[in-house]
Amino acid sequence: MAEQKKKQAIDQVIVRFSGDSGDGMQLAGNIFSTISATVGNDICTFPDYPADIRAPQGVLTGVSGFQVHIGADKVFTPGDKCDVLVAMNPAALKTQYKHCKPTAAIIIDTDSFTAKDLEKAEFKTDDPIAELGITCEVVPCPITSMCQETLKESGLDNKSIVRCKNMLALGLVCWLFDRDLSLAEGMLRAKFAKKPEVADANIKVLRAGYDMGHNTHASIAHTYSIESKHKEKGRYMDINGNKATAYGLMAAAEKAGMRLFLGSYPITPATDIMHELAKHKSMGVITMQAEDEIAGCASAVGAAYAGALACTSTSGPGICLKSEAINLAVITELPLVIIDVQRGGPSTGLPTKSEQTDLLQALFGRNGESPIPVIAATSPTDCFDSAYLAAKMAIEHMTPVILLTDAFIANGSAAWKLPNLAEYPTIIPPYVTPEMSEGWSPYKRNPETLVRSWAIPGTPGFMHRIGGLEKSSATGAISNDPDNHHLMVEQRAQKVARIADTLPPLKVEGDKDADLLIVGFGGTYGHLHEAMQQMLAEGKKVAQAHFNMINPLPRGTQEILAKYKKVVVAEQNTGQLAAYLRMRTKGINIYQYNEVKGQPFNVSTLVEAFTKIMEE
Amino acid sequence: MSDYKAQDYKFGQPRWCPGCGDHAFLGALHKAMSEIGVAPHQTAVISGIGCSSRLPYYMNTYGFHTIHGRAAAIATGVKVANPELTVWQVSGDGDGLAIGGNHFIHAVRRNIDLNMILLNNRIYGLTKGQYSPTSVRGFVSKSSPYGTVEDPFRPAELCFGARGNFFARCVATDMAAAVECLKAAACHKGASVTEVLQNCVIFNNGTHESIYTKEGRAKNAIYLEHGKPMLFGENKEYGIAQEGFGLKVVKLGEDGITEKDILVHDAHCPDPTLHLKLALMEGPDFPVALGVIRDVEAPTYNDCVHAQVEEIKGKKPYHTFAELLETNEIWEIK
Repeated sequence: MAEQKKKQAIDQVIVRFSGDSGDGMQLAGNIFSTISATVGNDICTFPDYPADIRAPQGVLTGVSGFQVHIGADKVFTPGDKCDVLVAMNPAALKTQYKHCKPTAAIIIDTDSFTAKDLEKAEFKTDDPIAELGITCEVVPCPITSMCQETLKESGLDNKSIVRCKNMLALGLVCWLFDRDLSLAEGMLRAKFAKKPEVADANIKVLRAGYDMGHNTHASIAHTYSIESKHKEKGRYMDINGNKATAYGLMAAAEKAGMRLFLGSYPITPATDIMHELAKHKSMGVITMQAEDEIAGCASAVGAAYAGALACTSTSGPGICLKSEAINLAVITELPLVIIDVQRGGPSTGLPTKSEQTDLLQALFGRNGESPIPVIAATSPTDCFDSAYLAAKMAIEHMTPVILLTDAFIANGSAAWKLPNLAEYPTIIPPYVTPEMSEGWSPYKRNPETLVRSWAIPGTPGFMHRIGGLEKSSATGAISNDPDNHHLMVEQRAQKVARIADTLPPLKVEGDKDADLLIVGFGGTYGHLHEAMQQMLAEGKKVAQAHFNMINPLPRGTQEILAKYKKVVVAEQNTGQLAAYLRMRTKGINIYQYNEVKGQPFNVSTLVEAFTKIMEE
Repeated sequence: MSDYKAQDYKFGQPRWCPGCGDHAFLGALHKAMSEIGVAPHQTAVISGIGCSSRLPYYMNTYGFHTIHGRAAAIATGVKVANPELTVWQVSGDGDGLAIGGNHFIHAVRRNIDLNMILLNNRIYGLTKGQYSPTSVRGFVSKSSPYGTVEDPFRPAELCFGARGNFFARCVATDMAAAVECLKAAACHKGASVTEVLQNCVIFNNGTHESIYTKEGRAKNAIYLEHGKPMLFGENKEYGIAQEGFGLKVVKLGEDGITEKDILVHDAHCPDPTLHLKLALMEGPDFPVALGVIRDVEAPTYNDCVHAQVEEIKGKKPYHTFAELLETNEIWEIK
């Protein structure tokens, strides 16, 4: 066979690593994504964890997956179906095969396909390929035994040796996509800095995997190269949505010159925000793991009262518990950032899966007239900008702000161009100044923004009392006066409505004369955008408007939506944004596309559905 | 000497019922604050919901009347975010021990430097007369017309169960003793719980009757003072002595009992066993213990949080957002 296999240039590829949750698939996937991004490709990743922490080895419920979409140009989603699947055992093959394109190549570890392994994965025959009806190319590799062979003289015990097998798979995939191993080696050295012998073993196995591909050609017809196009110059890192959210809050605290306080309680899939912030005490961050969700929010309200940039992070069930304390921040007009990483509901629902089903709760799920700005982050990296915006809005407008993310963007990652904080807008808290003390009262408002001024306890001359009871607009004393209550209800609503003046208008992408406008909010941006791009490429006249700001709606929402013959609102719930838009706009021809499966949208399904709507 | 007078902490006109124990307690609090001497603007008073939780409206300090049961959690956030403030947290028995029971025990367990006041009238007053978690078994109220079939909490037991380091008890109308308890509570670094026994003239009149008057207290209460023998009675003729694993009331001069047989109060003893026994004493066999029952130093949560921040600032090389970014794996596209 000729030394040089044919190297095929491609624009994009989707690779999925899968194995037992202890097989190190997340690490292999992460390294592969990062080295791809390092050479200038765009990446979008999605880890697909099992709900069980550590299911018995080899069983179907214990399979952990990691999908990465790599593109020469910009990619917006982790991709629908994969081109390459790595399946470390029969359970992985069985559960992950459905994620493969018909043309995919499936790399399996033949060492883990013994009769016992097949039985654990509930196969009935000794031929799993035939049993599953797999028609795509299967590449059998003795991954475990190659790993053992490579490290037989390493002095490591067998358990430690076998633990390196993910690197053999990674080496093989690196060969297949012509990736430079030195980058992966550097990452392994950094990861195992304190255990150089483990780093050495991993690197040795990684190289063995690469060489195995190179020497045997792994029965694959081509290797591939993905060139980089139009990538913006600059310095990048890989970041997931939860980390980006934590970073956004820290950036905002620094910009505002305030101490960051997080009151929180462990809940999937939001806990990583607390984990991240808890690490950064050297930045002065205070995190408090409270006794419950209520105390997480209540302690944050207390911290806000005491002058901190106060935040609380949670997911569905937690947001229910926090709603009373959120409302205290509404009526006392204190800045508070509430992060809801949405997951499948109702109740405990699907804790590790993603949905957009908390929108109406965020908007309306509190007693009384309780207007709150609601922001929905659109991608893992947008979590940074959205968290920064949420903090800025909360502080400058003296209001709680709800930031909606979801499990998909919280766990998914993408290449992120490092921000320069100096270029971010200022954050100026509306503190009282000494000359204001004469005749001051807590609910005297800036006539333009209706924002009240903020006297932090400890400030001489501004002692005052606030609380959950309605107060007089003029004096700040308890008031049951009917007209005063009506006025305060209106002022709180108007204060939030006027935030729209500070925000950019709704943006439309795609065909200017589109027949169909695709509308969504939050974490579905990437899928809807790829669907639009695909339809544009097919010559269809479509456009996209995506909501990052939901309350208040961006200026121009009514005018823009009214311009299109058809508007389809696509969301991962049964029509919450559609209902909200119907309430807030007039005369819009709204169609709905709804899917509530706990899984990300599928671009080809979207294209099919939108095409059908256009043809109706 | 303090620069402040009780008047400096007063604000507005209290609207509690005439005869309510809250009036007397408020007076004691104003007086105690003036003697403690923390400036009004450095003082924050945080309350929950209920009659007694209206108290911040009558304070010329920073005041926050919050939501039902959450005062301890909100006060925790205040103190941790702004440790320079002296933070008082005021709750009734329903607010603090029923809906807010979880926050109460965790604030105590964490040992946050809060002055926690528990105004105990054994009734829900603001909702017009339902039994509370401190109402005695069999208590007849609007929500228990045939008597309750549950045992009450004894606040000291909860406090010590949550590893509390300070517990004091006073009667709302017993001004001098209340002021001393509040001053000791404020001096104590860490979570201090002061149980204030008070009457509700409308819905639970006479609930603490045996000790609500000076005469009653002389017979039925004992004032505990650190380092002093536990003597009580109109002529200090009775004392508390240890008997086996328990306590007993003895009379001086009877059965050869002398002052040497009487327990000497040690509020600073780390072991809370005897503190609990003292706190649980009740009539008719025992006097009700008043004063500072337990006052033991321990590290506070707020101090430790900030000390840890300072320690890590010294250990980690990044302190700004730009420096934080550099701790990540970064690549460059040229």
